[in-house]
Amino acid sequence: MAHNAGALDRRDTAWYVDKAVEWLVFIGGISAIIFIVGIFVFIGKEGFGFILGRFDFAEFFFSPRWTPTSLTNATYGALALIVGTASVTGFAMLVSVPFSLGAAIYIAEFATGKRRETLKVLIEMLAAIPSVVWGFIGLSLMNPLIISVFNVPLGLNVLNAGIILGLMAAPIMTTIAEDALKAVPDGYREAAEALGATRWQVIRQVVLPAAKNGLVAAVLLGVGRGFGETMAVLMATGHSINIPSSIFDPVRALTATIATELGETAEGSEHYQALFALGILLFAVTFVINLTADLFVRGIKDK
Amino acid sequence: MFEATELNAQHARTEKLYRILFGLMAVLLILPVITILTVLVVRGGPAISFEFLFSEPINGMTEGGIFPALVGTIWLVSVALVASVPIGVAAAIYLSEYAPKNWLTRAINLAIINLAGVPSIVHALFGVGAFVLFFNFGTSILAASLTLAIMTLPVVIVATRESLQAVPQAFREACWSMGATRWQTIRHVVLPNSVSGILTGVILEVSRTAGETAPIMFTGATLFLPFLPETVFDQTMALSLHLFTVSTQVPNVPEEVQYGTALVLIGLVLSMNAVSIGVRTYLRGKKKW
Repeated sequence: MAHNAGALDRRDTAWYVDKAVEWLVFIGGISAIIFIVGIFVFIGKEGFGFILGRFDFAEFFFSPRWTPTSLTNATYGALALIVGTASVTGFAMLVSVPFSLGAAIYIAEFATGKRRETLKVLIEMLAAIPSVVWGFIGLSLMNPLIISVFNVPLGLNVLNAGIILGLMAAPIMTTIAEDALKAVPDGYREAAEALGATRWQVIRQVVLPAAKNGLVAAVLLGVGRGFGETMAVLMATGHSINIPSSIFDPVRALTATIATELGETAEGSEHYQALFALGILLFAVTFVINLTADLFVRGIKDK
Repeated sequence: MFEATELNAQHARTEKLYRILFGLMAVLLILPVITILTVLVVRGGPAISFEFLFSEPINGMTEGGIFPALVGTIWLVSVALVASVPIGVAAAIYLSEYAPKNWLTRAINLAIINLAGVPSIVHALFGVGAFVLFFNFGTSILAASLTLAIMTLPVVIVATRESLQAVPQAFREACWSMGATRWQTIRHVVLPNSVSGILTGVILEVSRTAGETAPIMFTGATLFLPFLPETVFDQTMALSLHLFTVSTQVPNVPEEVQYGTALVLIGLVLSMNAVSIGVRTYLRGKKKW
């Protein structure tokens, strides 16, 4: 019997190589987790120094005075930055959500064949345009356009950045929404059609309700995209600390603040740590948005 | 026998209305891409010349070309690929071929989603904290490329995983039943059948990496350098940051130079993207299973 057991034991070179590879790809697999934890640790390392020390909750969230470079009285009120990011992202969503969902419905339910493929490729192209190019477009095309159309002195404002950001967030919303619509089983559509419903009735009363979770996820991911955008927002908002009262006011975003100020601060200084604290805020918010969107997407798959 | 009633006609009209409405919305999303490309070509086209591509910027960047920025972008993208492709492909092989359905796999997938969703400026902060300071690479190509590599890792993982999963399970089973180990099966059956799919993912990553600006601003790219980088520990100019520089940081740069730089950058990014889409479409037509 011992002889037989030996024959069945296949621990040759190939077996050891196989085991080694299994470990190697496992390390590759968990690297994503290592990197996410790494991001949190390294940003936290700098940022928590500020949060545990200088940080004042009321000042940070309720004061619009962000004057970290003041020698006598440096204040770290992020309210104007938070409002800046929120107003631009909010306006972008206002413009972009109807168009993105409309385009998704058209691509998933109406368009066929070549036209459908062409639209999808063009939307993918829209997604590929780099953020700094969008910023450049906001600066050199939209800026003069807004000045002449609305007769305002400055074209770098919520309106400009909102439109740019809306276009940047549109591809991800369209793609995810289209996936959600496509995931609705054809049996649902056929059943409704057999009852005499028209195409539009099918879409409105069967497909859209069934795809609801996926559509919510699409919008959430769009919000996350807009919220974290840096270069385009930096170049198109006007970048001045301001609580906007209209869409023609310039604002300043959280991301853009880090991008412009990090280069000017001394490593380890209070200002430097405060910028990392803004980073923690950005990381936390996008983390929650992504997690929620994922739960909504999983909701459709489990059904 | 059946005549169209007033109600039918009304429904037909409603449907047509919505079809046109949604079609119009799709077109309105597309229109800006076409407008932007046209304007960039019209205004930037005249600036593009052999001299523009292959000479250094001079006179406070108001004249001359973009050569150092172009070379810098190639450096950054190449080093980022060397770092991220092996890790990304390994991760995809694990997720597609080995991963059991458990909490760990779920956590990995969540981590990938979040790596893709974390704002680019947060990746930049991480790059500064980890690569520039902690690992002491300084502001260098190495630090910038590693930051970019981690940021674009999800692109490689997702594309590779998809093309691995597209290989029919029967191929693997046939191979296993011949006595091959898991790795032999992956190496000789699964990978050869998905290598072009992986390639489209890599090309897509090149396109993403070349356009990023925020993650490299503080980790290795500089506004102006009068010489080309020689090792990965040097700083470098980059095309994306150069566009930011000539359009916001330096006064009196002629419009032509700005549009020319934007055109080269977007041309590079979109042509890579087009190649990736082209390969994908070609493969889809060629698939035999």
